[in-house]
Amino acid sequence: MADITIQNLVKVYPGGNERANDDVSLHVADGEFMVLLGPSGCGKTTLLRQIAGLELPTSGAIAIGGRDVTYMPVHQRNLSMVFQSYAVFPHRRVRANIGFGLAMRGMSKAEIDKKVDWAAELLQLTPYLDRFPAQLSGGQRQRVAVARAIVVDADVLLMDEPLSNLDALLRLSFRAELKQIVNQIGMTTVYVTHDQSEALSLGDRVAVMKNGRITQLDNPLRVYSHPANTFVGGFIGSPPMNFVDGVVHDGQIDIGGGSFRAPEGAEDGRYTVGVRAEAITLGDPADPHTVPAKVLVVEPLGSATLLTATVGEHSIKVQVPADTQVAAGDQVKLSVPPSAVRLFDLDSGEARTP
Amino acid sequence: MSVSTTAPAKERAPQPSPSRARKRSPALLLILPSLIFMLLLFAYPLAQGIITAFSDPSGGFTLGHWERMVGDNKFIPALRNTMLLIVVLIPLQFAFALAMALLLQEKPRLSGMYFYFWAIPLAVSDLAAGLVWLSIFQDRGYLNSVLDGVGLPVVSWLHYENTTTMFIAVLCAELWRATSLVLVIVVSGMQGIPKDYAEAAAVFNANYWKRLRHVILPLLKPSLQVALILRTILAFQTFAVAQALTGENFPLLVGETYRWYNFLTNPYVASAYALLILGISMVTAVVYLRVLRDQSQVGKR
Repeated sequence: MADITIQNLVKVYPGGNERANDDVSLHVADGEFMVLLGPSGCGKTTLLRQIAGLELPTSGAIAIGGRDVTYMPVHQRNLSMVFQSYAVFPHRRVRANIGFGLAMRGMSKAEIDKKVDWAAELLQLTPYLDRFPAQLSGGQRQRVAVARAIVVDADVLLMDEPLSNLDALLRLSFRAELKQIVNQIGMTTVYVTHDQSEALSLGDRVAVMKNGRITQLDNPLRVYSHPANTFVGGFIGSPPMNFVDGVVHDGQIDIGGGSFRAPEGAEDGRYTVGVRAEAITLGDPADPHTVPAKVLVVEPLGSATLLTATVGEHSIKVQVPADTQVAAGDQVKLSVPPSAVRLFDLDSGEARTP
Repeated sequence: MSVSTTAPAKERAPQPSPSRARKRSPALLLILPSLIFMLLLFAYPLAQGIITAFSDPSGGFTLGHWERMVGDNKFIPALRNTMLLIVVLIPLQFAFALAMALLLQEKPRLSGMYFYFWAIPLAVSDLAAGLVWLSIFQDRGYLNSVLDGVGLPVVSWLHYENTTTMFIAVLCAELWRATSLVLVIVVSGMQGIPKDYAEAAAVFNANYWKRLRHVILPLLKPSLQVALILRTILAFQTFAVAQALTGENFPLLVGETYRWYNFLTNPYVASAYALLILGISMVTAVVYLRVLRDQSQVGKR
């Protein structure tokens, strides 16, 4: 096991002039579970493939456990990886697939068998060890790919959207299982996903990427509650964070059509104001700090109810308890707690919260 | 399909539809044209050939033509030459084609051009190829001119007593002419293998040779099987190249068929030869299919 240090990594694909990775620096601590999160085309998979050595960087350096691996051939890096397509070898039985990395490392047959049996047990694959991948379902193939990755004693475990080909239910159940397994073996892990709920639930830290750069690197709760900019706030969370333009003056935020208390210490000026849907509550009509709004759409989600409301010319998402009695067309008062309000620079979108 | 989340062991891939048997009659109708075509152009001549090989001129049954074929002084050399050619030629062709395909796979500059360049012989007729190589190997051909030019002794490559050099000349010509067929099949097979497999193997510590041996070659097996069967059957039919280079001095089975039919005007012995070639080809194809059977597809759902 080892840490990963990435310094000023730049990747330009041959024939292109856009930077797939633009000056990325990142340190993944020994045993840490790091998630690279971002929309498609943000360079997260490119970054992972450079750590693996499947792509070579244009400039910059990568070190694993203090050893510079920037231009080292893939097979010498002592890695382990789960591919999005699983890449389970179709011509090898499950047993030989799981033991592939061990066999390539020249381990004895008895030792391979022991480790393969352990991994198969962990991933509930024992009854399928003598089958070929063509005789397995997608979820089982996925388990084979994970088993193959965890049996080897690698420095780093890389995962490239390993759950994206599973159906929704299976994804949810396997996510928890994966977290448990990785916790148990304690491997340094880099996990790529475009699914924000996966990122938040799995990662020790989350690196949110955009246009080839890391735009925020923080623990999952901070990334969710304190987005570094409007992009992160809009990308993470379902529904995404509400953004409206507003003016802070005398501790009040005026968003046109209503005003509410600004967070303490906010300087006067124009801002993009961000609030999470579940932070807003339906307030007491008598309270002077509430904002009048008209409910447009009511969407019961089961665990909660999602409202789309208009305040002045803004459309705002509000998440209220499932038992709230509200109908489309109702006039309501929205209460916005100052501690949940985030202020962003009007032009750059960077966080300005004191 | 079960959607149980706690017992993934119960997941099942969808079963094939059981009603396939009932759909047979339209299928039969659809393949009827090609069926008629095959019957007229293959089955009928085949039956005709079998009958001819076993019937005497008055119409009775006889094994006389087979005795005559085997007793002919060119039969054993023809059989030996054909077998020798196949045993030496096919492994060489596969080694060349694989190496060339692997080189192309590395995408060197102008790799597209190399591919077309290497595939050119595919478009050359075998007789023309034979004539090209004749201009190289004949007594006053290019090869001897070069040898003479650098002060080496010239060789009568195609003289009827020099069996070995005749064999080498035919081998070279066939190697040049027919390797491209194997190359085209192997290249298309390689393009069908997702890159992920080789990448996964590399990630799990397999160097280039291990990747080739444990991943690329096994996945290429279906393509190799097709190429092997095609090439072997075609190699049994090698004829025009040897004919152009050596005339009748280097007898091959198909050349003998041609000689018996055309020059000795004996369709009976010619048919016996044709059946012999058919028999050997079929046995070889079955052996290949058995030996190279793909275990991983057995019981596929």
